[in-house]
Amino acid sequence: MDSVMNFALATPEMFLLAATCFILLLDVFLGEKCRTIGYIAALGALLTTVFLVVSSYGADKTEAFNGMFVSDNMSVVLKTSVLLIVMGIFVYARPYLIDRKIFKGEFYSLSLFATLGMLIMISANTMLVIYLGLELLSLSLYALVAFRRDDGRGSEAAMKYFVLGAIASGMLLYGMSILYGLSGSIDLKGVASYVASQDIMSNLVLLFGLTFIIVGLGFKFGVAPFHMWVPDVYQGSPTPITMFLGSAPKLAAFAMTMRLLVSGMEFGSMGWQQMLIPLAVLSLVVGNIAAIAQTNIKRMLAYSTISHMGFVLLGILGASEPGYSAAMFYVITYAITALGGFAIIIILSHSGVEAENLDDLRGLNDRHPWYAFMMLLFMFSMAGVPPLVGFYAKLAILQSVVQAGFVWLAVLAVVMSVVGAFYYLRAVKLMYFDKPIQDELLRMGTGFNALLTTNGFLVIALGLFPGFLMALCVEAIRVSL
Amino acid sequence: MDGWAILSLLIWLPILGGLIVLVAGDKLSRPVALIFSVLTFVVSLPLWTGFDASSYLMQFEEKHVWIDTFNINYYLGVDGIAMPLIILNTFITVLIVIAGWEVIKKKPAQYMAAFLIMEGIINGVFAAQDAMLFYIFFEAMLIPMFLVIGVWGGVNRVYATIKFFLYTFFGSVFMLISLIYMYNQGGSFAIADMYNLKLGMTAQILIFLSFLIAFGVKVPMWPVHTWLPDAHVEAPTGGSVILAAIMLKIGGYGFLRFSLPMVPDAARELTWLVIFMSLTAVVYIGFVALVQKDMKKLVAYSSIAHMGFVTLGFFLVYAIYNNTGSYEGSVLAMQGGMVQMVSHGFISGAMFLCIGVLYDRMHTREIDAYGGVANTMPIFTAFFVLFAMANTGLPGTSGFVGEFMVILASFKANFWIAFLAATTLIVGAGYTLWLVKRVIFGGVANDQVAMLQDINKREFTFLAVLAFAVLLVGLWPQPLIHVMEATIVHIVDLATQTKLPGVN
Repeated sequence: MDSVMNFALATPEMFLLAATCFILLLDVFLGEKCRTIGYIAALGALLTTVFLVVSSYGADKTEAFNGMFVSDNMSVVLKTSVLLIVMGIFVYARPYLIDRKIFKGEFYSLSLFATLGMLIMISANTMLVIYLGLELLSLSLYALVAFRRDDGRGSEAAMKYFVLGAIASGMLLYGMSILYGLSGSIDLKGVASYVASQDIMSNLVLLFGLTFIIVGLGFKFGVAPFHMWVPDVYQGSPTPITMFLGSAPKLAAFAMTMRLLVSGMEFGSMGWQQMLIPLAVLSLVVGNIAAIAQTNIKRMLAYSTISHMGFVLLGILGASEPGYSAAMFYVITYAITALGGFAIIIILSHSGVEAENLDDLRGLNDRHPWYAFMMLLFMFSMAGVPPLVGFYAKLAILQSVVQAGFVWLAVLAVVMSVVGAFYYLRAVKLMYFDKPIQDELLRMGTGFNALLTTNGFLVIALGLFPGFLMALCVEAIRVSL
Repeated sequence: MDGWAILSLLIWLPILGGLIVLVAGDKLSRPVALIFSVLTFVVSLPLWTGFDASSYLMQFEEKHVWIDTFNINYYLGVDGIAMPLIILNTFITVLIVIAGWEVIKKKPAQYMAAFLIMEGIINGVFAAQDAMLFYIFFEAMLIPMFLVIGVWGGVNRVYATIKFFLYTFFGSVFMLISLIYMYNQGGSFAIADMYNLKLGMTAQILIFLSFLIAFGVKVPMWPVHTWLPDAHVEAPTGGSVILAAIMLKIGGYGFLRFSLPMVPDAARELTWLVIFMSLTAVVYIGFVALVQKDMKKLVAYSSIAHMGFVTLGFFLVYAIYNNTGSYEGSVLAMQGGMVQMVSHGFISGAMFLCIGVLYDRMHTREIDAYGGVANTMPIFTAFFVLFAMANTGLPGTSGFVGEFMVILASFKANFWIAFLAATTLIVGAGYTLWLVKRVIFGGVANDQVAMLQDINKREFTFLAVLAFAVLLVGLWPQPLIHVMEATIVHIVDLATQTKLPGVN
């Protein structure tokens, strides 16, 4: 069904836009004392958007606005995940923001705009709309990274992120323009039909354009060798923003990759497969090995993200439906796990002191066994130890890689997971085997604790019963392609 | 038999118990843990009484769809090799809870919970009939063990536990790839389906090597054994016991369940490698044990040597066939290996518990710090000497039965294999008796030894129970051999067929 002006399809985005503007104004009129109202309004807006998104699940793939906008099962699953993750971030971020006296309305409006950008990216069906969503996301993120204006490192991180991000966007745009020049269409379907008519390996210009697109995607994913910004930005940003950066946008980046490479250039998979292999290999190697050398916990998690994104690429480069759904499962579960990991860092950062070093984890089991246990779950899940969800994510990826015939890649990936296990174990070691160096009481609000417990529970529950989410991902990919 | 899900109960009851212990808190943790461990042991007994020993088929089966996308099933069942090991596990866990009763002062609730959860997971390893389910239990086991060594261990515990984790984790990831490969070939993770899968020689060899790394590290075989002495030395007594008595058995069990039946042609091809590694363990590690200054290290090395017998027994299948033209001797060798596994579970567990008894009083494991313990601890001495004798393979104890069967069978394979294997009777006696001589006998070495108190009722209980088990298996091994017979004949059958495509 193709309709020129099918507004109904974009209801969630339009609602979120209206709500965001409303919250922006609300903040101006309510002022300092009633920030909590803005917080609740933001959560309410996201929750309503979740319902709007979910209500369209199961429908056939539908396009709107002359094929610029698409809604399918994949977009529903990814959008729901993004929205729920952002809600989680809001809850986790609150005590940190209040503590640092940056509990401002701008945090919510910027985050909501970024979320809107992600939703648009996920539903984009032409190169222009992809770019539009991407820039809305990126610009909001640049501002968020610099959210603590008087913090030198935050501003430095924002600057780095902005410059490199702008270059990456430029690269992506250049690649898109080459594709447009070749195919005469900004529509992914037009691109797809052009690519289908070409032999990608002998069409040098097409390969050239593809290269730029891959570079742009690589930057946004933060995979090696385009990962330089990741550790610095993770370290410099306020922890809730790091949490934001490290979770939800990865889902949007995945959607963007699926739209560009699979919807747009499926017949060129020969070409991008070969480009993604070195990116994946480098990410796995660089991410895991460099993480060992880190003493700063945020940098360590940054490198760990790089290696995890390498795994996601492994799934995509299989260029098969099982591979895509495995990558989707991976990226969703990774975001859930990363969310929990950063929440623990927020707990450890108390008034005025940033928990940054791995040493801050020391003796957490003595200080607060429950938080330590939650962190244990997140760490072992990231290391890929069953029965936690990280294992199934890796299993699905490995299965698709072996199926695609790249047994050596699977072997490399598991060897690198063993290397990676070391630094996750080190975190567990610090929490459980060492004595605490400070014994300040760790106390968080009920909402925070409830969410953290749910988060940890999800990591176990999805580990014991991964079937449901896996089936959801498989179905989403099957229907959407 | 279908009435109730006994295997599921054996997996989830102790795990639930572990969680309840955590909730119950430190004060109540000990009795609650004891109740759950005894309960689990009682629940495991019907496995023995209700077991049909005449069949090699899986019994007490349970099968539920678990992860549809990958055709992974929650598929449990036991046969003649899994059943005794499950009972061994539930039995040893009760002893561990008793052994840790007064000794563990730091976070007893977490300690007891870790062991109960580990018990459930290990039961899962032995009961899983779906390769992926097996792998999940196989790996999940590492988490509680990692914490047990790291939290309650000795001075060097962090090094030891990380080494333990990384070694075993590294070993098993290759197995994961092999399992995925076989799934992609056959479309099923069920172990029984993998038995029927035809595989080319190269694939078989690679799969065999990946299994060899996974299970070889676990057993552990020379030359990937170095994590074990470290882990043993640093682990608390309970950790050492579960390591020696149960975890090492998982490696041996894996060879029988996976390597031999799944890739028989590769096993035939590389049998020399495993036999070489086993003999090295038996002979060379025996000598290494001789020079140890630390009691736990000595017993750890002797464990490696004894497990060498197990793998030797398992892999003599092909050599025996080449020499005698029949597979009858193979069954004997494999049974010997299995008996050795069960017996080693009792003996090594008992040895580590004895060392724990000494350590709790003296807080040192150095052999030099002891001497003349017999003068102050006569009852303890009786037990210690009995277990030491069992460790050397004295007839009448369980240690004799397995070793004797393996040596007997190895004569059918090759005189020199038998000869080298038999040297253990001398070397093993050497290091064990020398240990006894230095620690137990002689004059009272120092004031601390003079102050030693003999074992109390609690310690007497677990040592007496183990002594009974050691003598029972030693004097009357027939029931144990009988329950395994049909299964082992079946495994020999599977191990000697060929799975190369095009043949048959």
